[in-house]
Amino acid sequence: MTAPDAARVDYLLRLGDDSLILGQRLSEWCGHAPALEVDLGLANIALDLIGQATLLFGEIGDADQIAFHRDVLDFRNCLLVEQPNGDFAQTIARQLLFSTWQHMLLQRLVKSSDRFLVELASKAVKEVAYHRELASEWTVRLGDGTDESAKRMAEGLDWCWRFIPELFEVDEALQGLIDSGVAPDPRQFEDEYRSAISAVLAEAKLAAPADQRPIFGGRRGHHSEHLGHILAPMQYLQRTYPDAKW
Amino acid sequence: MADDWPLWEVFVRSKGGLSHRHVGSVHAPDPQLALAHARDTYTRRQEGVSLWVVPSKEIVASDPDRAGELFEPAESKIYRHPTFYDIPDEVKHI
Repeated sequence: MTAPDAARVDYLLRLGDDSLILGQRLSEWCGHAPALEVDLGLANIALDLIGQATLLFGEIGDADQIAFHRDVLDFRNCLLVEQPNGDFAQTIARQLLFSTWQHMLLQRLVKSSDRFLVELASKAVKEVAYHRELASEWTVRLGDGTDESAKRMAEGLDWCWRFIPELFEVDEALQGLIDSGVAPDPRQFEDEYRSAISAVLAEAKLAAPADQRPIFGGRRGHHSEHLGHILAPMQYLQRTYPDAKW
Repeated sequence: MADDWPLWEVFVRSKGGLSHRHVGSVHAPDPQLALAHARDTYTRRQEGVSLWVVPSKEIVASDPDRAGELFEPAESKIYRHPTFYDIPDEVKHI
């Protein structure tokens, strides 16, 4: 494998792992959401995300192999998506922060020099626009709801806030892909992202959490203890019965 | 939570040119989330191109006890059915 190929594979893994891990996380709500309609809404988002991961992994090789036969250190997702669901408000906070970022990324990825990424982004950008909208709607309702819901929403945002800077981190591998026009430069939409989040919080009558010491490392495989607990039930079957088929 | 939410009737237009049809109901706290819930509950498998939601309490329904006087008089008037025409095979949705 030549160096540019390795960088491209790494980028596909970053995008795919973000989608896979958040999709798996959201699917933990299945049967537990506050209402049947919300249960379906979260499951729909989870399925959209897992569909994106399937396409991205399929571009690299065998999607099942990549999803089920890698260990924690091989995952390239950002730390935000592996954070626990917490209560419904914390799940919504994570979704708002991630979907807004993913939406802005995909809006730019449709102009990538990489034909596969253009096709992927053109499909996914519509899905994620809806994820973003739904998360924004719920943020406003919880923030501008009861004292209890506003408190929980603020706590959920507070939990997730320190993982925002990682979304805009550019390392050497990503810089190479930015230079060749494959990947958008996330730093170019960081201001737009911050104002979009501020606008939702203002409508939700919530104050932005104080900036905290940011945590990085997901893109290099340095994950929180939560990721192993996500992988264990997700990978159990394939690891116990390798090559099991439907 | 859903116990506190009002009920909304959901109508889906399956494709352009057809009428919206009643498909069921959802609970939601307000109109916008009612649309979101309707979308997530009833159009997951490409069932529609347009959605309506209507607060269930706004539906005015006929009284089942008055079904006799309302509907039975039509039973004996088959000439009101458009069954005396030959409809070409190409004409759909009649």
